[in-house]
Amino acid sequence: MANVDQQALFQFLLRMGDNTLVLGHRVSEWCGHAPVLEEDIALANTALDLIGQTQFWLGLAGEVEGKGQDADALAFRRDVWDFRNFLICEMPNGDFGQTLMRQFLFDAWASVTLAHLQKSSDERVAGIAAKASKEVAYHLERSSDTIVGLGDGTAESHDRMQAALEYLWPYVGEMFASDDVDANMVAAGIATDPAGLRGEFDAIITRVLTQATLNIPQSTFAHKGGRDGSIHTEHLGHLLTSMQWLQRVYPDASW
Amino acid sequence: MYAQMVKSAGTGVKSREEMTDQERDFQDKIDADIKIEPRDWMPDDYRATLIRQMGQHAHSEIVGQLPEGNWITRAPTLERKAILLAKVQDEAGHGLYLYSAAETLGVTRDELTEMLLDGRMKYSSIFNYPTLNWADIGAVGWLVDGAAIMNQVPLQRTSYGPYSRAMIRICKEESFHQRQGYDAIRKMAEGTVAQKKMAQDALNRLWYPSLMMFGPSDKDSVHSAQSMAWKIKINTNDELRQKFVDQTVPQIKFLGLDLPDDAIVWNEETSQHDYTDPDWNEFFDVIKGNGPCNVDRLAARNKAWDDGAWVREGLMVHAQKKAAAKLAAE
Ligand SMILES: [Fe+2]
Ligand SMILES: [Fe+2]
Ligand SMILES: [Fe+2]
Repeated sequence: MANVDQQALFQFLLRMGDNTLVLGHRVSEWCGHAPVLEEDIALANTALDLIGQTQFWLGLAGEVEGKGQDADALAFRRDVWDFRNFLICEMPNGDFGQTLMRQFLFDAWASVTLAHLQKSSDERVAGIAAKASKEVAYHLERSSDTIVGLGDGTAESHDRMQAALEYLWPYVGEMFASDDVDANMVAAGIATDPAGLRGEFDAIITRVLTQATLNIPQSTFAHKGGRDGSIHTEHLGHLLTSMQWLQRVYPDASW
Repeated sequence: MYAQMVKSAGTGVKSREEMTDQERDFQDKIDADIKIEPRDWMPDDYRATLIRQMGQHAHSEIVGQLPEGNWITRAPTLERKAILLAKVQDEAGHGLYLYSAAETLGVTRDELTEMLLDGRMKYSSIFNYPTLNWADIGAVGWLVDGAAIMNQVPLQRTSYGPYSRAMIRICKEESFHQRQGYDAIRKMAEGTVAQKKMAQDALNRLWYPSLMMFGPSDKDSVHSAQSMAWKIKINTNDELRQKFVDQTVPQIKFLGLDLPDDAIVWNEETSQHDYTDPDWNEFFDVIKGNGPCNVDRLAARNKAWDDGAWVREGLMVHAQKKAAAKLAAE
C-alpha cells in the first residue's frame, strides 16, 4: 500500500476510533442509573463494545502513524483539537430518550458504513469492520426497537422522543459530509464516500422513525467541525477532563 | 457476604415433635439434600426468609454498580475501562438472576425494588463506603468480590433450587472478578510510589468494611440456627470471616503491602490468623443509614427509578398496543 497517503489513512482511523471512544464514554456514564435493569445491562454492553472497537481502530491508527503511540496514548494524551469524532458523539446524554436517539442515529450510520468497510482494500480495516459489524447489527436492532417502543408509547414518551430527534437532527449532516481525507480513502479503495451513504441511512431511519410515529425534521442545516477537528462543542473538554485525568496526573505510571 | 443480619421468620428451630407432618417431610427433604422447587410445599417462614435474603442479595448487586461506576469514566486505560464495564454489567446480570429467582417465591421485582427504594429492605453495608482512588476498584474486586465468594460458594448447595442454581452461575463470574481485581491492585502495588500509596490507602480503608460484610458474630443467634437448619445459610459468620482473613493475609504479603491491622498474626495453636474485629458500632451505624454514602446511594437509585418512570410506562403501553393489534389481526 505504498501509494496510500498514510497521513490521510491516519486521519480516517482517528475518525473511526474517536467516534467509538467518545460515544462509548458517554454511554458508560449511565452505569447504574438506567430506567430499568435490562437497560443498565444493555447500555454497559453497548459501551463495552464501543470501547473494544476503539482499541482496534486507535491501535491501527497508532501503527499507521508510526510514532510509537498505542491506542491508550491516542485516547488519553491528545487534547480537544486532535479529536476527530462527530459532534453527535460528544453531545450530553440528556434523558434516556436523548441517549437512545443519539445511539440509534449513530448505529444506523455505523451499520451502513461498516458494511461498506468490510470490502475495504486494506485488510486490516476490513477485518475490524467485519468484527464491529456484528456488534453494531445488534445495537441497531436494540436501539430501533426502543425508539419504536418509546415513540409509539405514551404521549409523554412520544413527545420526549420527538424533542430528542429535533435536538440531535442538526448533528446528522456531519456524518455524511465528505472532504479531502475521504477523497483520498475513496481513491485508495479503503473507504466509500460518506456522501454516497446517505440514501441507505435515510432508508433505515425513515422506516424506524415512521414506525415510531415520529416526524423527521425538514431542516438540512448541519453543525460540523468534529470530524476535521476545526471546532468541537464545549462538552468534549469536560469529557476528556475526567477520561484522561489519571494518565495526565501520573504520566509515569503504567496501569 | 451480600446478605447481612437477615432475620429468619418464625420463632426458631422447631423440634420434630413440634412440627406438623408437612413440616417434617419438608425438613427430611432438606436433610437429604433434596432441592426445594417453587411448586413444592414450603413453610411460610422459609419462604419469607428466603425472600428477604435473596432480595437483599439482589439489591446489593444493583447498588454495588454505583461505587464501581464511579470510576468507569476515569479508568486509566482502555483495557481497564473495558474490564470494569464488563464487571459492572455482570453485577447487573447477577441482580437480574436473583430477582428472577426471588420471583419464583411469589414476589415481583417491582415490589422488591420499591422496598429497596423506601428503605424497607437493605443491601450490603459495604456499598455505603466510597471508592476514592483507582486502587479502590482493584480492592473492591479483590476484597469485596472475594468476601462475597466466601459466602456464595457454600450457598451453591443451598436448599432452594432456583437460589442454588443462581449461585452456581454467579460464583463463576465472581471468581473472575476477584482475579481481575487482584491483578489491578498488584499492578499498582508494583508501580510508582504514588500508585503504591493508592493501593495501601485502598486496602486500609476497605479492610474492616470487608470484614463487616460477613455480619456480626451469629454463633448464638436463633435466626442463624433456623436458617442453617433450612440450609439457606451454611456457615456461621465467624467461620467465613476467619476463612477470608486466612486467605487474604498471604495475598497482602505477596503484594508487598503493609497489613491493615497490627494485630494480625499467625496463631500456631489455632492454626489460623488472629485479627482485630471490626468496630461493630460503626457497622450498626451504617446499617441504620449513617454510613458515608447511604444517603447518596439511595438517592441515586431513587432518581434512576423516578427519572425512568416515563420509559418503563412508554415501553409497557407500546407492548400493550402491539398485543392488541396482533389480537385484532387474528
Ligand atoms: Fe455479583
Ligand atoms: Fe459482587
Ligand atoms: Fe462481582
